Amino acid sequence: MMPPSLELQGVCVHYGNQAAIEQASLTVGGGELMALVGPSGCGKSSLLGSINRMTDSIPGCRVSGRVLLGSEVVSARHDSATLRRQIGMVFQQPNPFPLSIIDNLRFPLSEHGVPRRERDGRAEQALRAVGLWEEVKGRLHQSALGLSAGQQQRLCIARALVLQPRVLLLDEPCSALDPVSSKVVEELIVSLKGRYTLLMVTHNLAQARRIADSVTVCWMQEGCGCVVESNGCRQVFEHPSHPITAAYCAGEAG
Amino acid sequence: MRWPDRLAAVSGALLLLAVLVPMGLMLWSLLAQGSGVLSVDFLLEDPSQAGRAGGIAALLISTGWILAVCLLVAVPLGLGCALYLSEQVPAGTRRAQWLGGVLDMLAAVPSIVYGLFGYQFFAISLGLGFSILSGGLALALMVLPLMIRSAEQALRAVPFSYRQAGEALSISRWGWVKRILIPQAAPGIAVGIILSIGRALAETAVLLFTAGYVLRRPDSVMDSGRALSVHIYDLAMNVPGGMPRAAATGLVLVAILVILNLLVRRWLRPAQGVLY
Repeated sequence: MMPPSLELQGVCVHYGNQAAIEQASLTVGGGELMALVGPSGCGKSSLLGSINRMTDSIPGCRVSGRVLLGSEVVSARHDSATLRRQIGMVFQQPNPFPLSIIDNLRFPLSEHGVPRRERDGRAEQALRAVGLWEEVKGRLHQSALGLSAGQQQRLCIARALVLQPRVLLLDEPCSALDPVSSKVVEELIVSLKGRYTLLMVTHNLAQARRIADSVTVCWMQEGCGCVVESNGCRQVFEHPSHPITAAYCAGEAG
Repeated sequence: MRWPDRLAAVSGALLLLAVLVPMGLMLWSLLAQGSGVLSVDFLLEDPSQAGRAGGIAALLISTGWILAVCLLVAVPLGLGCALYLSEQVPAGTRRAQWLGGVLDMLAAVPSIVYGLFGYQFFAISLGLGFSILSGGLALALMVLPLMIRSAEQALRAVPFSYRQAGEALSISRWGWVKRILIPQAAPGIAVGIILSIGRALAETAVLLFTAGYVLRRPDSVMDSGRALSVHIYDLAMNVPGGMPRAAATGLVLVAILVILNLLVRRWLRPAQGVLY
């Protein structure tokens, strides 16, 4: 089944009186990978966090605008647990729980009421999906903190996938990794296209160009982040419609 | 070496000596006076002739009971308060500063004041009399601020990235506390518990007013019972010829505290495993 599209309509994120990003609109096609690029501090991560409502737990943070999953408006929903089952998230720093490898996957499953007998099967499925199964099947009960950084990040992706989401938000998933691990994780992300709708923040323009179907460029204007261009990957890199995009993608700004 | 460095090194060494020498003298004086009495029998026999003869078995039992009451109350209550602070009161807010200030003030209240209050409240108002229960409860009140503060620190030190991961997966608050937060903070919480035990064992003033100083072995928590520290005070101040046994009891108390401190050091070692 094709995953739903993800659409943001006029999303604004405020911290107290300070706007982090204003009137951001973008659409990620179902099963596509969109790269969210732009200089530091232009509100990319705030925008990402507003989608699965990580912003709820930040004191003084207000979000307005609409988020749609397919045709359903999910930003109006009160229950963030269901939302976060549908929209998984992966962070910049690999952050597996200080539990065993298998418990990193069993724990969220048990929290979401998946029957005990199904948990190990789903855990294996998730580990296979991220290509980690063969590497760790002999030490599932050892601490996840003993894995390499790249393996930890793949475990974190598996942990997000184990809840069977439709959308995955990735906040610079490769930037804390060495080049070799980074390449493995990048290939993994490409392999997820089609089965999941993916929105990835990255500072690596070459990576965005390599793997993204579409690109959204964020920028600081008048002290506040905004979306200056959101379009197909080739369009943005080869025929940018906005002078900021052109300069940024040519390495002249940002 | 340049002369300011040399001066700093020499004065540092002198200061170290100034600390170590009195401690050495104290231990030496305890040993000199008490070692003649110290034996296995001293630990296993009950005292007789107001403590002039016999051992300290009854006091070890009373001390254990008082400590047990104290911990049974202080640990769950302290952990609960610490969880509330770390989960519901964000660090740096005015509420966190205010509550932290109150706790630090309570921790600095002289123990004799806790003793007076414990006597008035537990022994008189609640009618518990001079009893192990009164003493344990008053001690619990005294160590609670320390217990709460150290547990709170341990809980707040759990990496934010774990919390973030938990939120993104919509882990329930109870699941988060039980599976991640408390196990991660456990070493720090253990340190708080052991520091509290240390303070409780060393305490005399609170217990004089509440647990009393009956020398018998207690039959229940409603009996009065004498703690080791109270015994030392009584032997030294009120019993002619009590000094050797006071010193020996002091040595036992010091030994217990040293063992507890070694345990703290063990628990303080950073957790194994690679963190990214």
